[in-house]
Amino acid sequence: MTGVGEEAMDVDLKSLGFRVEERRTLASGSDELLINMGPQHPSTHGVLRLLLRTDGEEIQEAVPFMGYLHRCAEKIGENVPYDTYTPYTDRLDYLSSMNNNWAWAMTVEKLAGIEVPQRAEYIRVIVAELNRIASHLVMVGTYGLDLGAFTPFLLTFREREEILDILEEISGGRLCYGYIRIGGVTDDITPTFATKCRAFLRQYVSKLDAINELLSYNRIFIRRTANVGPLSAEKAIACGCTGPILRASGVDWDLRRDEPYSIYDKFDWNVCVGKGEKGQLGDTWDRYMVRVREMYECVKICEQALEGIPEGPFRAKVPRNFKPPAGECYFRAENPRGELAFYVVSDGSKRPVRVKVRGPSFCNLSVVQELSRNMLVSDFVAVVGSFDLVMGEVDR
Amino acid sequence: MHFVPYLHEQFLSAWPASVVVLLVALIGAGIMLAWVALVALVAVWAERKVSAHMQARLGPIYVGGFHGWLQTVADGLKLFLKEDIIPAMADKWLYIQAPVLVFGGAFLAYAAIPFGPKLVVSDLNIGVFYILAMSAIVAVGIIMAGWASHNKWSLYGGMRTAAQFLSYEIPSALHLMPVIMYAGTLNLGEIVRSQETGLFGWAGIFGWYLFRNPFLFLSFICYYISSLAETNRTPFDLPETESELVAGYHTEYTGIRFAFFFMAEYANMFVAAALSTLLFCGGWNGVLSRNIQYLPDPVVFLLKCSAFIFLTMWLRWTLPRFRIDQLMALCWKFLIPLGLLNIVGSALWMYIFEQV
Amino acid sequence: MNQEAKAGEPKPPVINNSMRFRTEEAFPVLKSHFGDAVRSLSDTRPDRHILVRPGFLPEICKFLRDDPDWQCNMLHCVTGLDQAETLAVVYHLFSMPKRHFVVLKTEVLRDSPMVPTLAHIWPSADWLERETFDLFGIVFEGHPDLRRILLPDEWIGHPLRKDYEMPTHEKLRELGL
Repeated sequence: MTGVGEEAMDVDLKSLGFRVEERRTLASGSDELLINMGPQHPSTHGVLRLLLRTDGEEIQEAVPFMGYLHRCAEKIGENVPYDTYTPYTDRLDYLSSMNNNWAWAMTVEKLAGIEVPQRAEYIRVIVAELNRIASHLVMVGTYGLDLGAFTPFLLTFREREEILDILEEISGGRLCYGYIRIGGVTDDITPTFATKCRAFLRQYVSKLDAINELLSYNRIFIRRTANVGPLSAEKAIACGCTGPILRASGVDWDLRRDEPYSIYDKFDWNVCVGKGEKGQLGDTWDRYMVRVREMYECVKICEQALEGIPEGPFRAKVPRNFKPPAGECYFRAENPRGELAFYVVSDGSKRPVRVKVRGPSFCNLSVVQELSRNMLVSDFVAVVGSFDLVMGEVDR
Repeated sequence: MHFVPYLHEQFLSAWPASVVVLLVALIGAGIMLAWVALVALVAVWAERKVSAHMQARLGPIYVGGFHGWLQTVADGLKLFLKEDIIPAMADKWLYIQAPVLVFGGAFLAYAAIPFGPKLVVSDLNIGVFYILAMSAIVAVGIIMAGWASHNKWSLYGGMRTAAQFLSYEIPSALHLMPVIMYAGTLNLGEIVRSQETGLFGWAGIFGWYLFRNPFLFLSFICYYISSLAETNRTPFDLPETESELVAGYHTEYTGIRFAFFFMAEYANMFVAAALSTLLFCGGWNGVLSRNIQYLPDPVVFLLKCSAFIFLTMWLRWTLPRFRIDQLMALCWKFLIPLGLLNIVGSALWMYIFEQV
Repeated sequence: MNQEAKAGEPKPPVINNSMRFRTEEAFPVLKSHFGDAVRSLSDTRPDRHILVRPGFLPEICKFLRDDPDWQCNMLHCVTGLDQAETLAVVYHLFSMPKRHFVVLKTEVLRDSPMVPTLAHIWPSADWLERETFDLFGIVFEGHPDLRRILLPDEWIGHPLRKDYEMPTHEKLRELGL
């Protein structure tokens, strides 16, 4: 019987994407192994495939392979009218559909110069922040799962369920909402929406504290995550990392505050930045904790927005046969995972000429290969989990 | 097996002695097998209920009526009926042997566990030693499973097991030493009997080795930690970390072979709990003196075991998992030095305070 | 809103969006530094872009990254574009300290689309260029690892080109895919 891995000894590492100096195979007689982590693996959260070159428990390098969830989102964008593309944006980062819808709507509104009624802006902020909480809850729960703590996962999903119920009430969907449309929102909020939101937000903070106690400040958890995979601020910026990953590295940058779109300049809240409290700046604990702290801020924004909803129309008048003027437009918005940007080129017809989706997970993922060097397998799982990748957005 | 001669003389005098011994051994084994299966079934059900209630859900609720108590039986039947897959590249012989060895190791340990003063399959003089030896066989089986599956993740699981189990054999044995020094015997029944009275002749809970001296208390905690590692439970479940190694050594196993691994895990959990109970917590001795103990001995023993099993589950559903280097550091830098310290400390304590 | 429209004088829409594009301001600066390499400033709405010659792209980008007035430390996006006769690549450069965007565009011929890589200037260009290569077939010269990224390695053609035709099942079967 041949030993495990012996059949793969004569693979050219460079052609697989490993950053080795010259064309070389696995060193014969060494303990090097090539292992596929994914596309079906419990901790890659989707169909990410990582090819690991390991030496015992230590990973020498990991190469990501994507495309298993490629659904031609950009090609579809060129073949459907602008408003019809909204449901497709749901499926990009399927854990935060509201934010995707919103980014797309704002891109087209910028292109066509559509003014959105104030009521719609408030509703958009509320649902997007609720969705952000839901998305971060998934991250916190599954991250605990990656590190072997099962209980926080179910506690976070229980909270998420309540948000989904609220969003279902106004949009009819539980994962892909298609609620934020070009010019406003699909429907007005229901009469009970505000009270339900307030009730949820009131009890939510204490639940979050409980999760913090159970997981975030657990000593084993801190020892597993602190000082693991630190990402420096310069590298994060140079590699195009955005969102919580960037903030965890100590960069005080949040589009909602620094480049406010919609009505974010009306609210009082703080940007959460990693401080390296438990270890190095920008380690996985920081990346995790930035998200947890952001959820507290989302609650603040939501509460303020709920106070301020004005009366009025919930959607601007957008013609049925909507044709924006010819031109091009780039727009980005702060999604739970980073900056989602759309680049749209229009020739004045019903359909865009080109739709480019700049997914935050895609750029965030590109750092993983460098971070993976000389890292234990368990640490690598912790690092990949802390990036909170959604493959729908990476593969598009 | 003191009733074997009795049985031979009274009822089966026509049969040769060796046949009677074999017959009794087989019956004992049969009873134990049933017991192990029962323990595993109940423990799996309990684990699911405990975890469910810790996670704000209900767990199995329908099968069997009362809180889904038949759920594990149904799942067990399902596993029996599942297709048995042996990977094409697997080392077939080892692959088939591995679950048998793992389950066998766990099962054999039960032979020396006394459930009451005379309630033991084989009252060995070297009971502690025997149980430690049998649980070491489990490690061999797991390594075999990891290697034979011809799967890299399984191999990782197997290698981690080799490192983890062999390391943790040492502290778990070391931390049992002070108790053995106190009792002066390796026979589990004797050890329990020696806990009937303790310091100043106080009975009940003061007789338990756990409370005899501070070193023994420390020993107990350390032994409990290493028994968690030996039974492969969170926070030490590295050989089968589902988020890293898919399922570790049993990734490729299906159906009944997987069920054997699963049952062995819970059988082992019971052995570890039983050892903690017998050696540190007075075995079947109740909290009060034996003169006023009204519960039957096996019931007391099983209650204590259940408490330990519950504690194990509680930890599992609360804590995240260690990393392999942290696990090793805990063993070699912390538990083993403490074990040596406890041996010396207990010896001094015995010499100074108890003039043994 | 209807009443306002009837009153004549269409009020310009109020869109709160503080993204700052300084492409117009960058154009004369780049023109004075690089002369003919910088071809023109587009008049597209709402965003404009500067058309540059592909050969000088790395130099221009390096200037925009290092010049204290521009400090574009992040390559936010790389987009391929099919413009019928030519293929184009659009770069959105962002400066975090200065908070502005500069949009560059470069055009290449359909038959031999070659653009120098920016991967040594911004590491983020690595994957974004690989994606553009994958979907448009634009070759980035000097790229350290130019492989397909989203599609399988054996894929034929570049699907975001307008003239791309999806291979039929028969064709795929012929190729053994």
